[in-house]
Amino acid sequence: MTAMIEISDAEKSFTMHLQGGVRLPVVRGVSFRVAAGECVVLSGPSGAGKSSILKMIFGNYRCDSGRIGILHEGEMLDLASAEPRQILSVRRATIGYVSQFLRAVPRVPAIDVVAEPLIATGTSRVEARERAQGLLRRLNIPERLWALPPSTFSGGEQQRVNIARGFISDHPVLLLDEPTASLDVKNASAVVDLIQEKKHAGIAIVAIVHDEGIRDLIADRTVDVTTFAAAA
Amino acid sequence: MVEAPDAPMHDQPLLVAEALCKNYGRVTACRDVSFSLYPGEVLAVVGESGSGKSTLLQLLSAQLAVTSGRVSYRMRDGVLRDLASLGEAGRRFLFRTDWGYVHQDPALGLRMAVSAGANVGERLMAVGWNHYGRIRQTASSWLERVEIDVARIDDAPRTYSGGMRQRLQIARNLVTEPRLVFMDEPTGGLDVSVQARLLDLMRNLVGELGLAAVVVTHDLAVARLLSHRVMVMKGGQVIETGLTDQVLDDPHEPYTQLLVSSILPP
Repeated sequence: MTAMIEISDAEKSFTMHLQGGVRLPVVRGVSFRVAAGECVVLSGPSGAGKSSILKMIFGNYRCDSGRIGILHEGEMLDLASAEPRQILSVRRATIGYVSQFLRAVPRVPAIDVVAEPLIATGTSRVEARERAQGLLRRLNIPERLWALPPSTFSGGEQQRVNIARGFISDHPVLLLDEPTASLDVKNASAVVDLIQEKKHAGIAIVAIVHDEGIRDLIADRTVDVTTFAAAA
Repeated sequence: MVEAPDAPMHDQPLLVAEALCKNYGRVTACRDVSFSLYPGEVLAVVGESGSGKSTLLQLLSAQLAVTSGRVSYRMRDGVLRDLASLGEAGRRFLFRTDWGYVHQDPALGLRMAVSAGANVGERLMAVGWNHYGRIRQTASSWLERVEIDVARIDDAPRTYSGGMRQRLQIARNLVTEPRLVFMDEPTGGLDVSVQARLLDLMRNLVGELGLAAVVVTHDLAVARLLSHRVMVMKGGQVIETGLTDQVLDDPHEPYTQLLVSSILPP
């Protein structure tokens, strides 16, 4: 199986200069691979560094050392040492990321929030909107909300808009941070269906999911993040 | 730097700054700033007042001579040229055609006593347009794009609100389809609701037109919304640089951490 993600010996700490230079170790020795079509779930208690690892894979957090290999346009690229332009290109074409919270842009309607990643990679506005509508419908966002900016939506609605935005592209790698956390059973199962479809399409997924039922439905493998605990 | 001759335009920097320095007597306003800006890329320069960010913008746009260092720009013929070698006429030509400059105070970028339509049309005439009907039509379509009621086309901007003036200044700058726009605190001095509308507008226009931009701002929210990359300046030097979300979510330098932690949550 083709490895889409190849992480070896990645390390991350925060140095808090405003708190007297305290060094806060987060994770060290992070090493795992994710193949195409595989879903790896990160497990471990809150604060173990699960979200930090997702952010390192997305290039949002910078690694202190180690490698974050991503198969991008046919070549393994090390995101830990890549140029900003390369990381942006990886995010456009290769990695999708569904964060825990939607960072809403003022005034942009939900439908365009969802369609934007497709438009950015050259899909026509009409087609991008059609696909956005399909996803919003599957995620049970009422049609009357589509033209409104999501900043006024409920937490669960915002999360579903966020999921639609993350799932609309055909990125070969998808990172999911608690995608079902604030969803009811019906909507959580819609998300599970979407994840299964992505897996069948050969997408490599790294997810954080606390709900054991959902984890069992989607995970091919779990990686225990506590094994990467960085000693203080 | 040697470039592959057949490299596509997009993979070649549009603007290159090499070791820029600016001294005023013994005061150093800008020290050893180097970076490359690529087509379609938006770079935010952040830092507090006096950090050198406005000086840097003036050096980049050749409004101020460097003490040492070099700024080069890739002209439409694909050749990267040292701005200092262009001469005054060449630089003025760039400003009329390929560049835009959005001032914090719209009164500096507009002619306040002539009509909005003339403010936009003037830039077109400067690049050789001479058909009155076409100029007026293009001007009114740009007013629409920046959400100004076309019925106000014959009014002078001194009768406009602050937010409208700033949008008009943007229309005036973008009408000649520049490839590079410099912006100096473009949302400074506006109400937050007006800011949000302007930011959304700028974000869309930059994306649609594939503009490259250097945006000077002290507002990290503006940087987050508009830019791909950030340079943090302090005391005339660049102290941290990277992808915008990297620098704002995982700031490394003490000063950047101070800036990020000083934002009040809404």
